[in-house]
Amino acid sequence: MDIHTASKPAAARPPKRFQNNDKYHLFLMALPFLILAFLFSYLPLYGWIYAFYDYRPGIPLSASEFMGLDWFTSMVSNEVQRQEVLRVLRNTFAISSLNIATSVLPVIFAVFLVELRSTRFKKIVQTLTTLPNFISWVLVYSFAFMLFSVDNGFLNNLLLDLGWIDRPLNLLASDDHTWMAMTLWSVWKGLGWGAIMYIAAITGIDQEIYEAARVDGAGRFRLMWHVTVPGIMPTFFVLLLLSIGNFINNGMEQFYVFQNAMNTNHIEVLDLYVYNIGMTNSNFGFATAVSMLKSLVSLFLLFIANTMSKVIRGDSIF
Amino acid sequence: MPAKEKFTLFHFINYAVFAVITLICVFPFYYLFINTISNNDLSSRGLVMFYPKDLHFTNYLDVFKIPGLGQAALMSAGRTVIGTILTVAASAFLGYLFTKQMWGRKFWYRFLVITMYFNAGLIPWYLTMLNLGLTNNFAAYILPFIVQPFFIILVKTFVESTPIALQESAQIDGAGYFKVFTSIIFPLITPILATIAIFSSVTQWNSFTDTLFLVTDQKLFTLQFILYRYMNEATSIAQLMKQSSGSMDLDLANMATPTSIRTTVSMVVVLPILLVYPFFQRFFVKGIMIGAVKG
Repeated sequence: MDIHTASKPAAARPPKRFQNNDKYHLFLMALPFLILAFLFSYLPLYGWIYAFYDYRPGIPLSASEFMGLDWFTSMVSNEVQRQEVLRVLRNTFAISSLNIATSVLPVIFAVFLVELRSTRFKKIVQTLTTLPNFISWVLVYSFAFMLFSVDNGFLNNLLLDLGWIDRPLNLLASDDHTWMAMTLWSVWKGLGWGAIMYIAAITGIDQEIYEAARVDGAGRFRLMWHVTVPGIMPTFFVLLLLSIGNFINNGMEQFYVFQNAMNTNHIEVLDLYVYNIGMTNSNFGFATAVSMLKSLVSLFLLFIANTMSKVIRGDSIF
Repeated sequence: MPAKEKFTLFHFINYAVFAVITLICVFPFYYLFINTISNNDLSSRGLVMFYPKDLHFTNYLDVFKIPGLGQAALMSAGRTVIGTILTVAASAFLGYLFTKQMWGRKFWYRFLVITMYFNAGLIPWYLTMLNLGLTNNFAAYILPFIVQPFFIILVKTFVESTPIALQESAQIDGAGYFKVFTSIIFPLITPILATIAIFSSVTQWNSFTDTLFLVTDQKLFTLQFILYRYMNEATSIAQLMKQSSGSMDLDLANMATPTSIRTTVSMVVVLPILLVYPFFQRFFVKGIMIGAVKG
C-alpha cells in the first residue's frame, strides 16, 4: 500500500520528490528511533561478554579476570550451584506449567459468559473482572497483605469469628503451596482480561452455524461444545503456542513482591534468581551466564512454537 | 442465543457463578477502601470487614504528611504524562513511516519486531543502562519506553486500513511526508492512539521494577516503589508521624497506624486507575482486537 503502486494517470501523480530518493529521507526521519531501539535492545547483547569474566562493579572489564566458560560449567560441576539451578528450574517449570494449565480458564469464562442473557449484567461482569489486570503487582501484594496477613488479616479474622480455626494462619509467610498461590494470583489478575479475546472470537462466529445446529436438534451444551469451542480454538492455540515460547520467562515482579524468607525456596523462578544473584549479591558474571542461557533457550522455544504453528496451522505466529 | 428461552436452572447457576467471580475480583478494592475511611483503631485490629465503621477522611489528609509521598506522586505523574506523550507520538510517526517506501523498510521493521521476543537479559541490560548514565536519572523512566514495536505494529496496521487517496491528494497539494503525517494521518488514527495512550500510561503508572533496578536516589522514587517499601516499613512511619504530630493530636482513634498508612497509600496508588478505567475500557477492547491481527 504505497503511492508507487497506485495506478494513476501520469498527470495526477504526486510531485517528483515523492517518487525518487526520499526513501533515504524517510529513513533519516526514522533513524533517531532506530537508534533508541538499538541502545536498549541490541547494545545489551554486548553485555554477554560479562559472562566470561569475573566482573566486579567499579573495576573495568579490562582489569577483570577472564573466566572462559567457568561460569557455565560451574552450573553443572559445582554441586551447590547445580542444586540451586535445579531448584530454580523446578520452580520455573512448575509455575509455568500451572499457568499453562490454567490458561483454559479464560476460555471457559468466555464460553459461559456469552450464555448470560442480560447484556447489562454481562457488561458489569466484564468490566469488573478486567479491572485487576490494570493494577501493579505491588498493589496485588498490598491486597494480599490486607486480606491474608497473619495479624488481623481479613480471612483470619473471618475464620476466627466463625470459629473454624483457633489460631491465625500465616498464609503469606509460609512455603506451603507457594506455586499454587502464585498461580491463583495470576488467575485472579488475568482471568477477565484473558477472556476478552475469546469473547470477541465468539461474537465473530457465524450465527447460521448455531441455527443449523439447533435445527439438527443440538441442545445448549452441544452448541457450546460443538460450535462455540471449535470457534475459539484457533485463538486459544495461538496463545498456547506463545506461552510455550515464554515458558521460562515468568517475569520477576510478581515473585519479587511476594518473596520472603519463608517461601524463597519455592518462589525463586529464573528471572527472580538472576536478579537475586546479580543485583542483590553482585555476582554479575554468573548472573549474566544464567541470563544468557535463558535468552538462548527461550529463543529456541519460540522457534519450536513457531515451527509447531507452521506444521499444525499452516501459518507462523509471527 | 435465542431470546425467548425459559430461565432455567442452568441460567441460575451461571448467573450465580459469575456474580461470585465478579465479587472476588472487586472485594479487595472495596475492602481496602472501607478500611481507609473507617476508624483507624478498629481497622488496624481487622474489625472493619464488610462495611465502613465511624466514617472519617482524615487519612487522606494525613497521607500527604508522609515524607516523600508528594515527591513520589510527582515522579509517577511526571513519567506517566511525559512517557505517554512521547510513546504515542513516536508510535504514530514510526507506524506511519513503515507504510512508506523507506530505505530498508523490511529490514528495519524486523529489527524492531524481533525486540518483542528477544532480550539480552537483566544483568547485561542493567550494565548497559549504567554505562549510558541512566541510573538515578529521570530519563531512564522515559527513553526505554519510547520505541514500542507492538504499538508501532498497531499504528501501521491502522494506517494501512485508511484510504490512500487522502494522502495522495495532500501530496498533490504540495505537502511533504511530515506535513501529510501531521495534517492527514494523525487526525485519522486518533482511535488507535487513544488505545496506545491508555496502555502506555497504565504501564508507566504501574512500573515498579525499573525503579528497583536503576534508582537509589530518593527524589526519583515512584509511588509504586514507595508503596512497596511502606508495606515493609509502615510501622516505623506510623511512629514517625505520631511523634511529629505530638500531643496536639487528640483524635487517638484516628491516628495514623501501619494499617492506615498501607491502605491509604494503596488507595492513592490505585485511585487514578479507578478514575480513568470506566472511560478507557471501550478503547482497550478495540486495541487488543487489532493487536490480535498478526503484525
